[in-house]
Amino acid sequence: MKRRDFLHVAGLGAGALALPIPIMGAPIDPEELLNPGISVAAKKELADAALNTARSAGASYADVRIGRYLNQYVITRENKVQNVVNTESFGAGIRVIVNGTWGFASTNEVNQESIVAATQQAAAIAKANSKYQDDPVKLAPVKSQGEVSWKTPIQKNAFEIPISEKVELLLEANAKAMENGANFMNNFLFLVNEQKYFASMDNSYIDQDIHRIWSTFTATAIDPDSGKFQSRQGLGGPMGMGYEWMDGKAEDKIAGPAGTGLNLYKNSYDIVEDAIAGAKQAKSMLKAKSVEAGKYSLVLEPNHLGLTIHESVGHPLELDRVLGYEANYAGTSFATLDKWKTKSFKYGSPIVNLVADKTQENSLGQVGYDDEGVPTKRWYLVKDGILVNYQAIRDQAHIIGEDESHGCCYSQSWNDVQFQRMPNVSLEPGKEPLSVDDLVKDVEKGIYIAGRGSYSIDQQRYNFQFGGTVFYEIKDGKIVGQLRDVAYQSNTQEFWNSCSKICDESDYRLFGSFFDGKGQPSQISSVSHGSSTTRFDDVNVINTARKI
Amino acid sequence: MAILSKEEAKQILEKALSFSRADQCEVNLDGNNSGNIRYARNTISTSGMRSNIELVVQSNFGKKSGVATINELDDESLAKVVKRSEEIARLSPENPEFMGVLGPQTYANSKTYFDATANINPDFRAKVAADSIQPAKSKDITAAGFFNDSAGFSAMLNSKGLFAYERQTSMEFTVTMRSSDGTGSGWSTRDYNDVSKFDSAMASQIAIDKCLQSRTPKAIEPGKYTVILEPAASIGLLQNMLFNMDARSADEGRSFLSKKGGGTKLGEKMFDERVTIYSDPLNAEVPASTWAGDGQALKKMNWVENGVVKNMFYSRYWAEQKGVAPVPGPSNGIMMGGDASLEDLIKDTQKGVLVTRTWYIRTVDPQTLLYTGLTRDGTFYIENGQLKHPVKNFRFNESPIIMLNNLEALGKPQRINGNLVPPMKVRDFTFTSLSDAI
Repeated sequence: MKRRDFLHVAGLGAGALALPIPIMGAPIDPEELLNPGISVAAKKELADAALNTARSAGASYADVRIGRYLNQYVITRENKVQNVVNTESFGAGIRVIVNGTWGFASTNEVNQESIVAATQQAAAIAKANSKYQDDPVKLAPVKSQGEVSWKTPIQKNAFEIPISEKVELLLEANAKAMENGANFMNNFLFLVNEQKYFASMDNSYIDQDIHRIWSTFTATAIDPDSGKFQSRQGLGGPMGMGYEWMDGKAEDKIAGPAGTGLNLYKNSYDIVEDAIAGAKQAKSMLKAKSVEAGKYSLVLEPNHLGLTIHESVGHPLELDRVLGYEANYAGTSFATLDKWKTKSFKYGSPIVNLVADKTQENSLGQVGYDDEGVPTKRWYLVKDGILVNYQAIRDQAHIIGEDESHGCCYSQSWNDVQFQRMPNVSLEPGKEPLSVDDLVKDVEKGIYIAGRGSYSIDQQRYNFQFGGTVFYEIKDGKIVGQLRDVAYQSNTQEFWNSCSKICDESDYRLFGSFFDGKGQPSQISSVSHGSSTTRFDDVNVINTARKI
Repeated sequence: MAILSKEEAKQILEKALSFSRADQCEVNLDGNNSGNIRYARNTISTSGMRSNIELVVQSNFGKKSGVATINELDDESLAKVVKRSEEIARLSPENPEFMGVLGPQTYANSKTYFDATANINPDFRAKVAADSIQPAKSKDITAAGFFNDSAGFSAMLNSKGLFAYERQTSMEFTVTMRSSDGTGSGWSTRDYNDVSKFDSAMASQIAIDKCLQSRTPKAIEPGKYTVILEPAASIGLLQNMLFNMDARSADEGRSFLSKKGGGTKLGEKMFDERVTIYSDPLNAEVPASTWAGDGQALKKMNWVENGVVKNMFYSRYWAEQKGVAPVPGPSNGIMMGGDASLEDLIKDTQKGVLVTRTWYIRTVDPQTLLYTGLTRDGTFYIENGQLKHPVKNFRFNESPIIMLNNLEALGKPQRINGNLVPPMKVRDFTFTSLSDAI
């Protein structure tokens, strides 16, 4: 293992660096996070210097991204604050096409001299590689956007909320969970603000201010007599929102099926309430029935189903994977162009409509423009069960006969090159009125699964295995008790064709992930997946208990 | 950015420390240059260079701690960043688990820096890609690969006089070769500190051979099989086990090392007696850092010896609570093996499955360290000491604890991702379903 990877994973090393997850950026003091940084006019001047340098170096295209990326972490366990960290990362990345070949270079010194030097370096890389290039880059046209701006429509800037208020909320959740049976509690609040300026030779100058928030916990219950332990994660996912996500309003709560006592969260999250439930459920899981392996109808809650959508729909329909650009890392895809061209490939049952959307409110993927200056939009990937499209950016659109990018290009920082990333991909709700209880009512032998768990899928996205956060057995239309040791295995096409019922829009909500990984060097991206509770039939469930 | 020498780095750190007004102050400086090239569909796709330097200042007033960093190193910036870290420390709540900074330590010198790697240029990277793509094209195979090189330095100094410095270089290469009809796929990887050991064409040829051999795999029933795991097939499970050897989790009852009724399995035999796993930053094949981020010295440390759990890692806080010496986590992982080659292991196998690598490994049960994942890029059925035919990929659900109890034989350790791991033959490895993926 690499030393730094290990230190990050193990949370060891200097206090400053002891974050539970690898991140980039440099800690700064809280007030400075609200400093707007250099002006848009100054950024335009720097960007123009890069674009002019690229032209002189023979570039047929160039774009510049000047980014200020801010994160804040508040990390606690039980009654202690483990760390409060503010990070800032500022720099510029320049991408060019010379001789039909991409080149990229970046600099953390945002001044004219360094940006010009990085542009020349990017051009030199493109020239060196063009000797071996026999498939020149073709870019789909994009309209000039002129000078525009866009901001996530937040109500409360989470960076402006005092740290003491955040600490108080997290410690309250921990205390309530400990009172209700948790032996250990860990939780954190994770904020993201991307201040991104984009300029390209297409005469676009785009200034964007993007906000995201995530807070979750792990409640652990231990039975010392048996030596067993069980953990339950929070059921609120990350969102493209401000601090209003932490308001936990009554009108945003959705009850789980009768007999589960679960509360689930739509547009705001009650972490204290969820921590109490989490502690109780972690404890009851210690005594829960171990599942009997076999075929079941699965009733999947949106904060669980989102991850299944992500892995079995989002990834296989990334056009770069389909074409083989990710063959050496994430893999390729079963959803080949041949299948798409038939216009009759049955990805799912006729009630399955899967839509890509970079404009969806409160979602992690929502932006005004992508990282190559393309205005964002919404489009179908699977319509009435049939595969109809992929996710494509400017240098791929021509391959699927389209004359514009889908607007889903992204880079995790100024320091990395942008490439095709997954937009929000969501399952449309059912058209007929159907509540979760109505859906459970017809299930003879089934399992209701809420929340994300273990997940694994092959490199062409056929075979997958998913766990969950909490499991409930359904017998003859009723929830009869909690289960444990549950995971289901299936094949993507079989699974989506076994989709038999989808709850209506009133049950629709978003799952999210901050850590969708792809590319070499690997980059992360944030993405949401919406759905209503959905039923799948005859799915193979395995029992994961082992003796060691 | 230049790779700063020991003296240059120390001068900057001393200057930063001279501005400190805190009870304690610790300053880390890290700089890195890296370059990469990526290819797919037998042509170069993206390529770039990255450069960054970061000064991290940690200031403490009692148990209050604040951290700030900056990437400009003039006097004014150094004064600003120290002041900023002190402001955050004053605003932060006390952390009862905060340990003071360490005093001076003694570190061994590990050979982690090689000029050849630090001097790689864009033409070199383009040739790495070309040497991989050309032989693939001639066999009607599609190459996709990635080469990344990096050179950097790390230094730290604190108010108790602890100073540490090191330079390091590294390179990693992975390549996937797929047959044009999509029925076969092969893969290989190389990683070194010294790029002069690396031969792109030779590494690529292994993936080409695997690709050709793996075409049109047959399905065999999932179940328990004797397997031969190449190092890339077992490294994910081994690393995950090593990462979970934290003493605090074990003491708290939430680890595979926790014992029924309380206590830990330290000193107990958990694995086959041939299993010995240690870390050693001075190992010449996998040289690694000799100090951890908080200044603790990293030395040779046995984690598992002859099947017995010998050590867990203790943070400084937890070690103090338990009245033991702190044990920093490993900087590399070395599993002892034998002299047998992979071919020898295959020759000695009546019936079994050869696994080139595993992929998408995720925890299923942290209590038993049960993991799931899949085989990928070269899975073969072995009969009477020979590779009989390629087989479809499997999903496995297995625990490294069970794997290391069911050992049949170990081969000669090879470098994989900064570690040394032997190919191993294991009985009753659990495959739970088939995958159509190639």
